[in-house]
Amino acid sequence: MPASLRVLRRRIRSTKNIAQITKAMEMVAASRIAKAQARVQAARPYSDEFTHVLTTAARAGASDHPLLVAREEPSRAGVLVVTSDRGLAGGYNANVLREAERLMRELSDAGKETALFVIGGKGTAYFRFRNREVSGEWTGFSEVPDYPNATRAADTLTAVFLAGGQESVQRPSDDEGSGAGSSGSDQGGEGEGASRSSSFVPPEEAEGLSGVDELHVVFTAFDSISSQTVTSRQIAPLQLDEADGASDDESSGQSGDSEERQAEYEFEPEPEVLFDRLMPKYLRARVFAALLDAAASESAARQRAMKAATDNANDLVDNLTRDANQARQAQITQEISEIVGGANALAE
Amino acid sequence: MAEMEVAIVGVEKRLWSGQANFVSARTVEGDIGLLPGHQPVIAALDEAGVVRIDPTDGESFHAAVFGGFLSVTAESVTILAEQAEIASEIDVSAARDELQRAEGGNEDDHESRAAAARARARLRAAGENPDR
Repeated sequence: MPASLRVLRRRIRSTKNIAQITKAMEMVAASRIAKAQARVQAARPYSDEFTHVLTTAARAGASDHPLLVAREEPSRAGVLVVTSDRGLAGGYNANVLREAERLMRELSDAGKETALFVIGGKGTAYFRFRNREVSGEWTGFSEVPDYPNATRAADTLTAVFLAGGQESVQRPSDDEGSGAGSSGSDQGGEGEGASRSSSFVPPEEAEGLSGVDELHVVFTAFDSISSQTVTSRQIAPLQLDEADGASDDESSGQSGDSEERQAEYEFEPEPEVLFDRLMPKYLRARVFAALLDAAASESAARQRAMKAATDNANDLVDNLTRDANQARQAQITQEISEIVGGANALAE
Repeated sequence: MAEMEVAIVGVEKRLWSGQANFVSARTVEGDIGLLPGHQPVIAALDEAGVVRIDPTDGESFHAAVFGGFLSVTAESVTILAEQAEIASEIDVSAARDELQRAEGGNEDDHESRAAAARARARLRAAGENPDR
């Protein structure tokens, strides 16, 4: 015999409320996907062109820049993990974190220490709960990231990468640029102020962090509404093969004759200095692209999770309604039989 | 008339693209003028600068470009910018306020000098004189 009618009715009511809430979240997530997807696509020309320029410049010289050459005996690696701020997105965060753990195991098996950088409240909570040291964390924008958000994270990464595995980040007074090989490369009439603004200055939050020799990023790539894959990529030093592939894809057809044009390229300023300027922007672009992808994936994951939750809640309501009807019928039957029994007893 | 494919690509979106006869910009090493058939160049642009484009059809226009660089191939010019604004979209009075605020700030402050440079670039792109 099922639970009493009153209890069943209460459960139906609350399940309906849940369904209403999850339905609303599903709709919100669905509308966000479209927007996030549009942003991913709108931002693509920039990163494609950027990769193309970087590849060209790399082929034409400057091949000893830290961004391009894998360091000998890398001792530390930085891992940027992109998670969401809020939960209720199915396996979204769990998948990213699992991949991050796998990558870190792989790195430490290769004899590298790892430094963790986390974006998103869920990832931060996960690592803090496990008492893992987190070198940098940024939260509060996982659903709608903008470029300044990416800049903040990327500049810290640039700083630790430039410092290198043996050193830690120093916030310099004057001579930081020399470490990266820059020269007074500016002449806009603003004097030394302008030249300082052009060379990279590590952000305050990076101060004192130990440097790294490699940078990896773990995020969820948005392939389509129905498919998102957790991806880990090395973003520095730049792996030219990958960059080649990317630029060939986008400029297919002209890759053949662009080969012979490489040699003619002119650089302003010379390649080494140009690379110093491009590197922070390159990392910003990569982090921003990862954030946009992750935001779209997050919404897609949430939409799917909430759709499943809504469907499940509706199934529950159906089942509970059936139980409730049965209970009501049973009650009526019992009342009738009591009345009939009573009447029969009086009649005798 | 020879022409080239020109695009201004911002971080978030492609701001402008089309055919043009002439492009001029200020790189970190000085002004550069580009006509169709220019030698391939990759150049870093001034942190806050103005780019001029003469489209094949239509009026010549300016754009304020921040943290950008320039890539020239035989048939195209691409300007990549962390932030860019086409002259017609620039709010002149807001830029003036910004310039005043930035210049009123601490002279030695890195931030406020950069902000002043940005406001100046905006005003120049909009065809105003920053120093009135």
